[in-house]
Amino acid sequence: MQQTLPAPRAMLGAGSTPAGRGRWALVRRLRQNRGAVVGFALLAVVIALALAAPLVTTHDPIKINPPARNLGPSPEHWMGTDQFGRDVFTRVVYGARISLPVGLIAVAIAAVVGTVLGLLAGYYGRLVDGAVMRVIDIMLAFPGILMALVVVAILGASLQNVMIAVGISEIPRYTRLVRGSVLSARENLYVDAARITGLRDAAILFRHILPNVVGPMVVLATLSVGSAILAAAGLSFLGLGAQPPRPEWGAMLADGRQFLGSHWWIATMPGFAIALTVLAINMAGDGLRDVLDPRLQSR
Amino acid sequence: MLAYILRRLAQAVVLVFVVATLVAAFIHLIPGDPVYVILGETNVTPERVAAVRAELGLDRPIPLQYAEWLAGLTRGDFGDSLTSGRPIGGDLLLRLPRTLELILVSTLLSVVIGVPLGVLAASYRNRAPDLAVSTFALIGVSAPVFVVGTLLLLLFGVLWGVLPATGYVAFGDDPARHLKHLILPSVTLATLETAIVLRMTRSSMLEVLAEDYVRTARAKGLDGRLVLYGHALRNALIPVLTIIGIQIGSALGGTVLVELIFNWPGLSSYLVTGINQRDYPVVQAVVLVIAALFILLNLLTDLVYAVVDPRIRYG
Repeated sequence: MQQTLPAPRAMLGAGSTPAGRGRWALVRRLRQNRGAVVGFALLAVVIALALAAPLVTTHDPIKINPPARNLGPSPEHWMGTDQFGRDVFTRVVYGARISLPVGLIAVAIAAVVGTVLGLLAGYYGRLVDGAVMRVIDIMLAFPGILMALVVVAILGASLQNVMIAVGISEIPRYTRLVRGSVLSARENLYVDAARITGLRDAAILFRHILPNVVGPMVVLATLSVGSAILAAAGLSFLGLGAQPPRPEWGAMLADGRQFLGSHWWIATMPGFAIALTVLAINMAGDGLRDVLDPRLQSR
Repeated sequence: MLAYILRRLAQAVVLVFVVATLVAAFIHLIPGDPVYVILGETNVTPERVAAVRAELGLDRPIPLQYAEWLAGLTRGDFGDSLTSGRPIGGDLLLRLPRTLELILVSTLLSVVIGVPLGVLAASYRNRAPDLAVSTFALIGVSAPVFVVGTLLLLLFGVLWGVLPATGYVAFGDDPARHLKHLILPSVTLATLETAIVLRMTRSSMLEVLAEDYVRTARAKGLDGRLVLYGHALRNALIPVLTIIGIQIGSALGGTVLVELIFNWPGLSSYLVTGINQRDYPVVQAVVLVIAALFILLNLLTDLVYAVVDPRIRYG
């Protein structure tokens, strides 16, 4: 039964290339992965809410409204209001507009810098490798969040610096991974062939070696968006990231902590939002990994 | 093996020295002047600023300050805190054990809970117990330390009032209260660790259970439990051990948030206070101590790995 399924689809698309079929196979395999389906669905909801924030919320995320302060959850305020009378649901929804891009940008910084360093170290070896890997060793001498903490302390407390700090603290993972892949990829015959035809190093690196090491790198990047969001929210929680009145989840949680005893919803709602978002990303990432890279499969 | 250990130790010492130098260099880039923190907002005059700066030795060239700091380190002298004026070495000695205690207890918890649950999940693969345990693990990896901490604090500390919400009591003063204060922060820290140990144990067990020697053991009629614990678990634990080593390291990072939430006066809260108050010497000392701990930990993990897995030989 299963084999007959691809046929109509192949007939539909006249220009159906092997790559196109491969992509459909990927989507099909993802659809069979229950965790991935739930994860992507949840993530789609979070992204949709973030994009449609002004449409789905009825209040202002920043403007204070003293008469309405500290109201419990009600039909008017699903998640209650905070100590300034702002609607917590509105702020949580707008918070997605901060945390999602922050996580993506931090991972992008780490992935790009880490991959370039790994390519250089793996391809050139010797001195370059030695120098790059010693720097990586030094960076690995700190637990990730502490590294980010010190970087933010030096750069100053702001959301932008949090992205940079989290990005920097994640570089070593990419460098190590890519370097390892390059070390084995550069032994391939096609690399020798490319070199013999007189291609420049840059062309060999980016056109011939990079495509062969990019798979595991993408998997690692997907899996680390969640932890990047957590790290960034953690720094904001410590007061080193987003500053009030920005509706950043970590900062909101820190803000609401003093009212835990009397108005529990102020701190817990943004907490649930972070946990749910990261859960969705992790489920989607796990599913993607199982499908893309069977060797890494968590059976 | 001995040569390997010695070489790694030498590398570790060099690395700690490099880290110390870099930290000393970068710490002066932290914006804001500690002198203004000390003087407060009200009584700032150029004369007083200069006087305080001279008193603290901040007016001398930075290389000289660095050299003196290094010389002090060899005597175990980390300098004095700019804000409290107390010797940092004493504060470190007081606070380090409190942080280590959190890490140790949470790591123990994560092994005691995570390994058996991981074995359970693996032996009931894709059935109800596995799904329940794996779901817990997934939530454990996704929930941030500060959310778990805040929730536990709300439930046990504030709403039900069964455990002290925040604070610290020395073991010597009152052992029972000390342990009560220890529970919430270490459980918070252990949540993520347990989830990771559990996932690693599960996948490692599944891999080992598919090996030929496990099938052989089963085929010759050995008791299922003996196969599971005697044959499979012993080999499955090797990757778990490495993960535990990495976990202790990230728990060290996790203490930053946990100590703040539960008002635990350890090393990490010392660091955060130091950063907020621009107390250079404190930040410098704590970062150095944490880096040294972390480097030592990585070394130990590698060595334990070599001892446990006879297939690994270091030259």
